[in-house]
Amino acid sequence: MLPELSRPFDGDMIMQTKRKLLRVLKERGQGAVPLKIAVLGGSTTSDIIKILELFLRDRGIAPSFYESEYAQYWSDAVFGNKELDEFKPELVFIHTTSRNIEEKPRVNEDAQSVADKLSREYERYERMWTAISEKFGCVIIQNNFELPSERLLGNREVGCAYGRIDFITRLNCKLYDYARSHKNFYIHDINYLSAAYGLERWHELRHWHLYKYAMSVSAIPEFAYSLANIVCSVMGRNKKVLALDLDNTLWGGVIGDDGQSGIEIGSETSEGQSFLRLQQYVKAHKELGVLLTVCSKNDHENALEGLNHPDAALHPDDFACIKANWEEKWRNLEETARELNLLPESFVFVDDNPAEREIVRTQLPEVTVIDFDNPEECIRALDKCGFFEVTSLSADDAARSEMYRANAERAAAEKKFASYGEFLQSLEMRADIRDFDPVHIPRITQLTNKSNQFNLTTKRYTQAEMEAAAADDGYIRLCGRLVDKFGDNGIVSVVIGRKDGKSLHIDLWLMSCRVLKREMEFAMLDRLVEECQRACIDEIIGYYYPTKKNGMVAKLYEEFGFAQVSADAAGNTVWRLETANYTPKTTAIKINESEN
Amino acid sequence: MDRETVKSRLTKVFRDVFDDDDIELKDGTTADDIEAWDSLEHITLISAVEKEFKMRFTMKEVSGMKNVGEMINIVAERAKK
Repeated sequence: MLPELSRPFDGDMIMQTKRKLLRVLKERGQGAVPLKIAVLGGSTTSDIIKILELFLRDRGIAPSFYESEYAQYWSDAVFGNKELDEFKPELVFIHTTSRNIEEKPRVNEDAQSVADKLSREYERYERMWTAISEKFGCVIIQNNFELPSERLLGNREVGCAYGRIDFITRLNCKLYDYARSHKNFYIHDINYLSAAYGLERWHELRHWHLYKYAMSVSAIPEFAYSLANIVCSVMGRNKKVLALDLDNTLWGGVIGDDGQSGIEIGSETSEGQSFLRLQQYVKAHKELGVLLTVCSKNDHENALEGLNHPDAALHPDDFACIKANWEEKWRNLEETARELNLLPESFVFVDDNPAEREIVRTQLPEVTVIDFDNPEECIRALDKCGFFEVTSLSADDAARSEMYRANAERAAAEKKFASYGEFLQSLEMRADIRDFDPVHIPRITQLTNKSNQFNLTTKRYTQAEMEAAAADDGYIRLCGRLVDKFGDNGIVSVVIGRKDGKSLHIDLWLMSCRVLKREMEFAMLDRLVEECQRACIDEIIGYYYPTKKNGMVAKLYEEFGFAQVSADAAGNTVWRLETANYTPKTTAIKINESEN
Repeated sequence: MDRETVKSRLTKVFRDVFDDDDIELKDGTTADDIEAWDSLEHITLISAVEKEFKMRFTMKEVSGMKNVGEMINIVAERAKK
């Protein structure tokens, strides 16, 4: 990520140098995922779009934009227009603010009349969302309403039927009701954002009167960063791992020198409290599916002693991997990434020592490093960065740490067997490989958008597109869950094939790297061929599109026994398999033997 | 603040905003002389100048400035540092 765009950034500097930043990002931008975004504005959106593009490109997304004419958000959404229709947005962002509220309550207006205004105002919005969903079936991001800059009634603007802040608050609640009951719809919380920024600074009235910006121009980078977090999360570009130092990061003092009783952690002292609060904040990330790892220069036994402190919130079994040794930290991070089968770019590194941070930055630039001086700042930095922005949570997220820990046990078990085949048999693996079930669509979409390595086409889907594919008879779909004696790995593989007469074209074939070398890919192939035979399909056509990250599957179709049909200069290859006379390849996994 | 100091610091701001290190400012320079200088970029430019000189233009000044020379005059008179 560009240092200019990393937190804590200088928003004015980003505005001032945005042309140069865009040039730099475009120069090194190959491999970015394209995304079509329609921005429907109720006020000026020009710089919002430019800065949003910077943050998205910085995180590997190459957006193209449709921008509504000034304040034409409603008619664009409800009636559409040719340009927007042809653009076919994959994501619509509705940039409305309190300035777009058409009917505000009057002083002393009676409660019923205000309630009617509220309903009419809300219905204008719901009508837009319905129209967009029906026409494009795409993700919608909608600003909520920020507090106004003045309060004519003072504190009476709330808790009073005709109070304007009261009105805005009730309107926001209606937006949230809709968000709770509709998928692919996300609120961009500018009410929080403007408060955190400072409402008086946010409402720079000159910028409204001069340029019709609904916020200070200086606040645009904050706004765009926050919006980019939602987009990145929807596109599966969240970080996955928090790699944490120990001494003076997770507790005060040095465990090797001070011993368990000497370090600051727990509610006894103010310093201990602030470290405890950080530990609690970090630990809560496990519920989001974020993996925690330790990366500390320490003797292993000392590290465990610190983590076993009776007043600590974090304990050794909260971590998917503990590296406490005297190696360079960036080497340990690399090693951790390898063991967890993740890319270094999924990591956020947290260390109180600026020198260690700098070394990791230079030696392993893919890893994101945050800056802070004390535990309170560390919480704030992590919170503001939004690396783990939540747009959907699947049951697998909360269990992810457990799955990775089970993997460590499997690795230990592997060493006891004479052959790898014997080891696989010992795992007592069972796979459930079936068509998409509606309840699994969020997880399938999430896995599809974040799998980079074992992914043949790197095709991305929004949840709406995935739902559409799931409902379409023109496809054969499979998602696979793998269970073994150490635990349930959850849904780990997805295949989507498009029917075309007697052929099936593989649009998508991917698998989570946490089940590499477990025969799961063969189990998926066995089931796919079975489904094809049932559907009278004679041949399967596979495609491999190389990216910087998916080299590991360049030869997958060859291993599957496909014959190569063609290859182009860019390394894209096409493969073919006849479904007749196919012999199932799986030996160690029992497929679809469970009850349901 | 003297006009020459203002002009040289202003040049740096213009070069940043328009991402063009060849820009040389003269009193008579207008938006017509710099290709990327349109009404939208004018906003960025004004904000960047305000930040550089820790001052604020009035709304009348923002919409009324005819060329760089007028901008220098306002800044020279009001810049805080």
